[in-house]
Amino acid sequence: MQNTILELHNLKKYYATQKAVDDISFSIEKGSIFGLLGPNGAGKTTLLRMITGIFYPDSGNIQLDGKAFDPVNDILKIGYMPEERGLYKKMKIGEQALYLAQLKGLSKSQAMEKIRFWFKRLEMESWWNKKVEDLSKGMSQKLQFVITVLHEPKLIILDEPFSGLDPVNANLIKDEIYGLAQRGSTVIFSTHRMEQVEEICDHIVLVNMGKKILDGTVSNVKQQFKENKFSVVLHELPASVNGNSFELVDQKANRLVVKIKEGFRSNDVLKHFLQQDVTIEGFNEILPSLNDIFIRQVEGTKSTARAFQNVQ
Amino acid sequence: MNKILLIIQREYLSRVKNRTFILTTLLTPLLFALMIGGATFFSMQGHTKHKIAVVDANGFFKGNLKNTDELVFEFPEGVDTGNFVAKGYTDILLIPKFDGIKKTDYTIRSEKSLGFALQEKVKDKVNAAIEDQRLQENGITRAQLDSIHEQSKFAELRTMHQGKDGARESSEGLAAAIGYGCGILIYITMLIYGMMVMRGIMEEKTNRIAEVVISSVKPFQLMMGKIIGIGAVGITQFILWIILIFGLATAAQSFISHDTMEQVRMLQQNGGVMPGGGGAMQASEAAQKVYNVQHTLGTANWPLIIGCFIFYFVGGYLFYAALFAAIGSVVEDVQGSQSLTLPVTMPIIFSFFIMTSAIQNPDSSLAVWASIIPFSSPIVMMARIAFGVPGTVPYWQLGASMLCLVSGFLFTTWLAGKIYRTGILLYGKKTTWKEMMKWAFRKS
Repeated sequence: MQNTILELHNLKKYYATQKAVDDISFSIEKGSIFGLLGPNGAGKTTLLRMITGIFYPDSGNIQLDGKAFDPVNDILKIGYMPEERGLYKKMKIGEQALYLAQLKGLSKSQAMEKIRFWFKRLEMESWWNKKVEDLSKGMSQKLQFVITVLHEPKLIILDEPFSGLDPVNANLIKDEIYGLAQRGSTVIFSTHRMEQVEEICDHIVLVNMGKKILDGTVSNVKQQFKENKFSVVLHELPASVNGNSFELVDQKANRLVVKIKEGFRSNDVLKHFLQQDVTIEGFNEILPSLNDIFIRQVEGTKSTARAFQNVQ
Repeated sequence: MNKILLIIQREYLSRVKNRTFILTTLLTPLLFALMIGGATFFSMQGHTKHKIAVVDANGFFKGNLKNTDELVFEFPEGVDTGNFVAKGYTDILLIPKFDGIKKTDYTIRSEKSLGFALQEKVKDKVNAAIEDQRLQENGITRAQLDSIHEQSKFAELRTMHQGKDGARESSEGLAAAIGYGCGILIYITMLIYGMMVMRGIMEEKTNRIAEVVISSVKPFQLMMGKIIGIGAVGITQFILWIILIFGLATAAQSFISHDTMEQVRMLQQNGGVMPGGGGAMQASEAAQKVYNVQHTLGTANWPLIIGCFIFYFVGGYLFYAALFAAIGSVVEDVQGSQSLTLPVTMPIIFSFFIMTSAIQNPDSSLAVWASIIPFSSPIVMMARIAFGVPGTVPYWQLGASMLCLVSGFLFTTWLAGKIYRTGILLYGKKTTWKEMMKWAFRKS
């Protein structure tokens, strides 16, 4: 039994003036929620467009469900919600959902059934005869999400799904995403909102300048980038806060942030304070947030300047 | 698969169900009728009377210059160029002595411009009077002259077309009218529906719906669905117009009295003259007019004209709609589209001018070539076909023209498909013709 739903092997897509995707490989496990991260213009959209069959890669190949990706038939197994939402403004919402579902290969009766199910579930039944231009941004976002998942795709690709949603609706969609993953769909989630990634995703890949620069589970990545920093909260300050096993990075009254030196363990820090007989109220490791990792990885690469570099 | 059908269906229904479509379809024939009626009405109302004082050195024009609705000739005493306005005349006509040998000029001086048509009329009246005078001088009596004028009205020009299988009646006037009508109709619809395709694609692009749809269907399917769907809207509109016009014509006929229609039927059976001979049964003037209209309309080869019209409308539409589609896919707003649409609309506008010349002279080499080259053939060929196939337009020209148009739209569609595929997902950058050509001709 295949455990991966999607495998990318050495994908490349060059435009006239830039290498949009430059030799990227990774694989995505079935039923997981996968985060595709990267700054603006990193090549995420191009990568997603190749996965959705809109663009053909210049080289490399894509395997969907263990077989070579077939852009004509396999796109029916994919639900894609692009970053820039798109709906026909003048078309009635019910008709619109029906039309787009039929384009995904559902029969009219199947489509009606699914639309009824989802509209009821997300309390959108009264929208049927409204037009998109009558909806607020958050409402059309919800509609777009429903349209994306209507045909029960195996692979759901969501590009910034929460932008423009209020916290209530964002939670609603988040729960739906979890639900879809539990029912066996795989979700690719593209964003630069790191706190959402940390909360939702199992596995992440970070791309920048068309290249993959990070790949792993969220906790692995955090471990990989940890700086051995610990936060120590003391009841009262000892005579000396400096020890030979660590350096003091930050101090706010009795809250210390320490960095353990090479060759020492966290126990050595504890020992230092225990020996001075101060009461330790708190001691825990500070793992970098994905946000910090992201910024550290991307900073200084002048990703915006990339647009003007020539491909040789 | 049937996905392209779904797209066609959406494009078609969303437009046909639209209130504007229903209104324009119903109102356009009425608007045309109003325009024609209005133009006739105003042309009859608009005339100002010209009271012309004639100063004649010959003395024979008095009584020989016939007055019309617009021109009144008077022969007052003591009027000259200095005082005719003060004496209540709008113009003064100065005719010097003619000797019939030397070329002599006569002058008309006007307070307000006479206008071209009236000027010609004055000329005709004066020349006719001179002619009458000369004839009378050579011994023809006034009574003989009147009788001659009366008799000449009986002669009428009938035009025939010499085909291989014998002569057939033809009407150049009708042919010109049909050619003009069809040409204009194709010209207008190609522009309107072509623009509609462009705007539709532009809207899909700016709404970003294109990306959603393209993740389900191929870009080419989306483009073709739109082109065919909008084309079907155009054909629907034509069919509705034809039905409406027939309906209006039938309704108009019902106003003609039963007796008149009876006479028309008899005229039809006897080739334009009333049976029984002599003056025993004269057809009424109305019946004769109805018969003449029907008879003239009958000289045109309607099945061929309608068949060709549909072919050239569809072909021309597909040819240009593809180009408009390509432009729609690379621009994001109407302003940005202007510089790109010009090279597409120019040939359409040029074809229109070539068409007006082709109606005057349907055999000129300009007309022949323009009716074969697909850029102009839909408009120009339609203008020529009304003059007769295979008379004015030999079969080989018609065949070549149709073949060129079909290969032409296949080519533009292929070209547009390649431009569209790249353009539809490209944002923020102004595309040039050079880039579009690069996308079109690169290997995929």
